[in-house]
Amino acid sequence: MNIAQRKFDVLVIGAGGGGLRSALQLSQADAKVAVVSKVFPTRSHTVAAQGGMNAALANVSPDNWHWHMFDTVKGSDYLGDQDAIEYMCRAASHLVYELEHQGVPFSRLDNGKIYQRPFGGQSQNFGGDQAARTCAAADRTGHAILHSLYQQNIRAKTHFFDEFFAIDLIRAEDGMILGALVLEIETGEPLIIEAKTTLLATGGVGQLFRTNTNAHINTGDGLGMALRAGIPLEDMEFFQFHPTGIAGRGMLITEGARGEGGFLVNKDGERFMERYAPHAKDLASRDVVSRAISTEVREGRGCGENADHVMLKLDHLGKEVLSKRLPGISAMVQTFLGFDPAEQAIPVFPTAHYTMGGIPTDRYGQVVVPVEQGEESVQGLYAVGECACVSVHGANRLGGNSLLDIVVFGRAAGNHIIDYLKDNRYHRPLVSDGIDMAMQRLARWDKKGKGESVAKMKDEVQTTMEKYCGVFRTQDVLDEGVKKIMELEQRMADVRLQDHSKIFNTARIEALELENLVDLALATVSSAAARTESRGAHSRIDYPDRNDAHWLKHSLYYKENNRIEYKPVRLKAMTVDTFPPKERVY
Amino acid sequence: MSSGTELENENELPRLRWQCRRGMLELDALLGDFVEHHYLQLDGHQKIIFKQVLNFPDQLLFDYFFGNAKPIDKDISHVIERIRYAVTPNN
Repeated sequence: MNIAQRKFDVLVIGAGGGGLRSALQLSQADAKVAVVSKVFPTRSHTVAAQGGMNAALANVSPDNWHWHMFDTVKGSDYLGDQDAIEYMCRAASHLVYELEHQGVPFSRLDNGKIYQRPFGGQSQNFGGDQAARTCAAADRTGHAILHSLYQQNIRAKTHFFDEFFAIDLIRAEDGMILGALVLEIETGEPLIIEAKTTLLATGGVGQLFRTNTNAHINTGDGLGMALRAGIPLEDMEFFQFHPTGIAGRGMLITEGARGEGGFLVNKDGERFMERYAPHAKDLASRDVVSRAISTEVREGRGCGENADHVMLKLDHLGKEVLSKRLPGISAMVQTFLGFDPAEQAIPVFPTAHYTMGGIPTDRYGQVVVPVEQGEESVQGLYAVGECACVSVHGANRLGGNSLLDIVVFGRAAGNHIIDYLKDNRYHRPLVSDGIDMAMQRLARWDKKGKGESVAKMKDEVQTTMEKYCGVFRTQDVLDEGVKKIMELEQRMADVRLQDHSKIFNTARIEALELENLVDLALATVSSAAARTESRGAHSRIDYPDRNDAHWLKHSLYYKENNRIEYKPVRLKAMTVDTFPPKERVY
Repeated sequence: MSSGTELENENELPRLRWQCRRGMLELDALLGDFVEHHYLQLDGHQKIIFKQVLNFPDQLLFDYFFGNAKPIDKDISHVIERIRYAVTPNN
């Protein structure tokens, strides 16, 4: 089969903030850059990041990057790599100014300086008073960053392949990455994009869980591609949950609802948070509230026909307070549930929010894999953003650090690739084996006949992950989860498409996404079952304490034989002293 | 002007379905559900307006559905309200 072929210096897969920041750096340096995105670029999930971006500008409260570094290390429950965290926090202020010059309209103080808001986990002077460190463009920071970067890329003549789905990386025998096989969604035709370097920036995988806050596009496509290319995934057991998502739908109900006096009740109408957190009650930290909700449901005190959620009561606050202080929530509940939260309680359940784990990289965005002594980079492959694990978030991400992560490491990867291209001026010849393997993945969905449906399988994966790998984790629950996901993996062979047309066959794209989800479900639940401690977002009922003696290390999950290895956390920072692990209390 | 269930061509619905894949879950849910179950009930003019709506930035759509923003154009306002009404349970 003759497959169309294009050649670029750099192939960027994913057009969120991370991918676009890298692409911009590269295009401005006159590299020939292709960006492949399965949706129109400004519909990437970065647009949903409304909160802001941390940088120690000290415009509102005294601040410096070293305090930001301390907060990030502590927030990560000491699993973050301290060299990468130092790099990120040092670069933050410069990148905020740079974004502003690129067109991001950051909100202002009366004195004309950039406004900064306080967020959880931010402190002055290494754990002291609350800091105000988050720079925001009103409540649309992600949108502003994404649109500015997209427009700058158009100006810099980045070449966009909109509505193209990446099937697989093309690998040489020695492991070097030579580009990727992609599929034009409109025509159903494959295309080989040859590149001297390929950068994965495909975002997270919130769609692993039935209840999640993520857009439907977040199916971890880059993570799946990395796994199939023999690259391990790091720290996949760490998934951030938000305690109050609309049950079964996932949309986030902000903590502000409880801040305004809302509270949670179980089927007996009991304010159960009083048992779990007698002082903070409904305003306890996210992980505590999430676990409490999950425990109530598991122990049979859930509400509704399936007893699978609890209720968030706001009705006592009255219509006026709700419409004044929480107008977005009223509109959201009215739209998706069909009632006014001033009259009825809202069914809620913890909702999956952010993937801390991902493709292992160094602080230059290079994908790295372990070798006998330490690790080495995979030639020609980079990853940035939520799909990567650099690791600045460790076991738990701080609010305001994800937008920072994508622009800092997007730029760092761009810079590193520019240097790499100077020493690697020519394309390596393509190998047919690499292309054949990627084509087989596509051809598999041409099989006809009766079989299970993609939608049903996706539903089962999500429900299984929610039940067996959510916030309530014990050995028995997780082992059962591994078993069930493995059974689903076996059943994938029997899944068939009923629509084999080529033009805009979105069913085929959903099937390819499902394959990624199944691989990533197994990576996540297997890594979680193996880690017998509680750290950050990975909370084990049967191992409630953090165990630094044994578990101060990163997990590396390999698809081959579901193998898990470990590598040390980089505790040594670039220039400052290490922050030694301490108990994480707020 | 068309009045009912016909499509421009057989690829129109799959194409629209994909364009309803957005950067925000809330918009996925609203637009995806609408295109799947209600789009065919729009008349020809409303279908054109719906396609215009799909070209709006996600943040603007979010503000139309959940914020305080209101479209100035009456036709667009009508389609936005129709999407919201169609997707809301119990309506």
